[in-house]
Amino acid sequence: MKRKLLMLSLMLFALPGFAQAKTMKLAMDADPVSLDPHMQLSGGMLQYSHMVFDPLVRWTKETTIEGRLANKWERLDPKTVRFYLKKGVKFHSGNELTADDVIWTVNRLKQSVDFKGIFEQFETPVKVDKYTVDIVTKVPYPLLLNTATYIFPMDSQFYSGTDEKGMDKGIINKTGYSFANDNASGTGKYRVTERQQGVKVVFEEFKNYWDKASPGNVDQIILTPIKNDATRVAALLSGDVDFIMPVPPQDMDRIEKADNVKLVTMSGTRIITLQLNQKRVEAFQNPKVRQAIVYAINNAGIAEKLMKGRATVAAQNSPEGYKGHNPELTPRYDLQKAKQLMKEAGYEDGFEVSMIAPNNRYVNDEKIAEAAASMLGKIGIKVNLKTMPKAQYWDQFDLQVADIQMIGWHSDTEDTGNFFEFLLMCPNKETGYGQYNSGNYCNQEVDRLTLAVQSETDQAKRTEMLQQMEKIAYDEAAFVPLHWQDLSWAGKQNLRIAPIVNVMNFPYFGDLVIE
Amino acid sequence: MIAFMIRRLTQALIVIFIISIIGFAIKQSVGDPLRELLGISVSEEQRDEFREQLGLNDPWYVQYGRFLGDAVQGDLGTSLFYKRPATEVILEKAPATLELVLVSSLIIIFLSVPLGIFSAIYPNHLFSRLLMGGSIVGVSIPVFLTAIMLIYVFSIKLGWLPSFGRGELVMIGGWATGLLTVDGWLHILMPSVALSSIMLPLFIRLIRSEMMEILESEYIKYAWAKGLSQKRVWFVHAFKNTLLPVITVGGVQLGVTIAFTILTETVFQWQGLGFMFMEAVERSDAPLLVAYLMFVGIVMVGVNTIVDLIYGLVNPTIRIAGVK
Repeated sequence: MKRKLLMLSLMLFALPGFAQAKTMKLAMDADPVSLDPHMQLSGGMLQYSHMVFDPLVRWTKETTIEGRLANKWERLDPKTVRFYLKKGVKFHSGNELTADDVIWTVNRLKQSVDFKGIFEQFETPVKVDKYTVDIVTKVPYPLLLNTATYIFPMDSQFYSGTDEKGMDKGIINKTGYSFANDNASGTGKYRVTERQQGVKVVFEEFKNYWDKASPGNVDQIILTPIKNDATRVAALLSGDVDFIMPVPPQDMDRIEKADNVKLVTMSGTRIITLQLNQKRVEAFQNPKVRQAIVYAINNAGIAEKLMKGRATVAAQNSPEGYKGHNPELTPRYDLQKAKQLMKEAGYEDGFEVSMIAPNNRYVNDEKIAEAAASMLGKIGIKVNLKTMPKAQYWDQFDLQVADIQMIGWHSDTEDTGNFFEFLLMCPNKETGYGQYNSGNYCNQEVDRLTLAVQSETDQAKRTEMLQQMEKIAYDEAAFVPLHWQDLSWAGKQNLRIAPIVNVMNFPYFGDLVIE
Repeated sequence: MIAFMIRRLTQALIVIFIISIIGFAIKQSVGDPLRELLGISVSEEQRDEFREQLGLNDPWYVQYGRFLGDAVQGDLGTSLFYKRPATEVILEKAPATLELVLVSSLIIIFLSVPLGIFSAIYPNHLFSRLLMGGSIVGVSIPVFLTAIMLIYVFSIKLGWLPSFGRGELVMIGGWATGLLTVDGWLHILMPSVALSSIMLPLFIRLIRSEMMEILESEYIKYAWAKGLSQKRVWFVHAFKNTLLPVITVGGVQLGVTIAFTILTETVFQWQGLGFMFMEAVERSDAPLLVAYLMFVGIVMVGVNTIVDLIYGLVNPTIRIAGVK
């Protein structure tokens, strides 16, 4: 009875002031591993950061950059960009956002194991006044703005001092307790009000949120992790949840056909590739053999048939929209040409190689590997394929146990240079470049260009260099490009999903409208 | 009795010790936990530093020694994912699994006993024949398929039952129970039916065949000859002896049921031990894996001890004490 009265009075109270409270039930394959945005660099954590925190700037749907906590910015010199912060922005704790918070956050990012690689070029930012801060890099850095999308200012006062256990509130702990793992104060639209790890997270609207211009009208989000693909789809179809991500590819047609739900897809930026190990196989050192392999693999067919058209066929690393995307490079499937090249290289009779691929990391990864293996069979290359779960895969990948290895890569900076730094530069333990280059492709010219673009601030010149890098890799068949996986989301009909999605795969839920 | 308990306890300790060694040995091959803990672009050098910090670079026997030292003091290690002691995580997840196993055991007991007896007494009845035919089908459909079919029919098509999770929970002490709310019962219905779908047909058939055999035996014929009532012969003389093998099989099958909770819980996003185990495997969360294996080991030894005790109650001719 008491409860009913309470409900009634609440309803009476609520009706005149606000529109009807909107709750969105969200199901993802996992929940945030921590409340500390610097604990891990992963899609899930960045998704969470966009809900509870706000970045200085963020990516738009068209891969351009828009201001969030920074009103505007200007490049003072090749090493410095000045950011002007919005005034009057409040953290959840009630503290006001100032330049000090930005400085504190960048310094903390430099401490984080996961983020320090990205922020290695950064100096401690310089405070100009309360709302203006200069972000400075050690060397001229053209990707400063791209990197600023990772700066989600944290409430420096809230995270300073010691907690009840006597530990510094600011420390980052990956494997045990820390204050920041369990408590958060950001500027974002949502506050975490309830959290049971692995079970659910409840986000409530923060009443003093700064962005009054946003059309978003969702004031509560209940995130439930649903690991099993079929169950996640069933939960959406039965109406138990309102929005799901990721959408399993085998259920996309079904969701598209269903009346009460809809599917939204867009071309993604994660390239799926095969690397041909030149250290293990002598034949792979011959560019003609590598070209033959690229010509033999019908990647357009894989994208069309295996991926059911939900992927974009690739001939290079950079998807359209990236500076380095070279429009001249086109997919080149031609079996006759492939056989011809094998003959010219002196491997007419073919040879035998081993191959590994994960079976639960990328969409249809196992089937793609099987298809590629059988296509290579047609030019006389016998492939012994082994697939395994991702938990085991990456160790094997690093050990380079097979001659051909699959890897998908998404550029953290949304820039072409990142692909080359990790996948195509000569492997070098000291500098860390070429960390995932299990093909051991090594070309001094590519290395020189990749290092040069890191500090080239002339955008036109830089774009030209990036496209040249793609051209070299294409001509030399440095690797086998397959496709870029589509991104997809699904939700109920009354959700306006399309305006909030982007290639980074972090729907901006703060801007979501429920009709 | 005391001698029996002591012997059981020693057995339990040995079993758990062996499980812990096996758990530790496979720990090396479940994958590198750092892959889950660190982002993909973290350099090899930093990875190594972190591995050293966690003590993962030591040989496995050194790690095992360290683990054993802590385990004796009741510390089974800290889960890498939950960032809390593994025992705490297991105790938090255990109620969900225990409730699921309890409800599906109740379904099995309350359905298999009357159905089994009926089909033993009237083997040629049409209903008995249907039951036997149906039980073959039931046994042969895998649990996850049953589960997905249930979700399809009752959640998507009919919209009667929720498709995942435990629903509204009530805390009693440290035990989060779903059995005290209507919502909780709606949520537990499909998972428990799915979980019982394998065992139920098995038990019906087991009870039926045991009972039919006993109904043919000498002492039942004698009971008939003595002029005892039908009920007394069926339910007291025959059924009680039917129970002996059923209890034995039941104890063993409980272990299988725990294994099947892994499938059921994964499909229904049921936040119990089985689900936790699957996740721990995927994340290479070794401390949690080892703790889970040891926990299940303890449960199994416990259940078998209880089964032996019940055995003694049902059939007094069986001596459990160490008398030779």
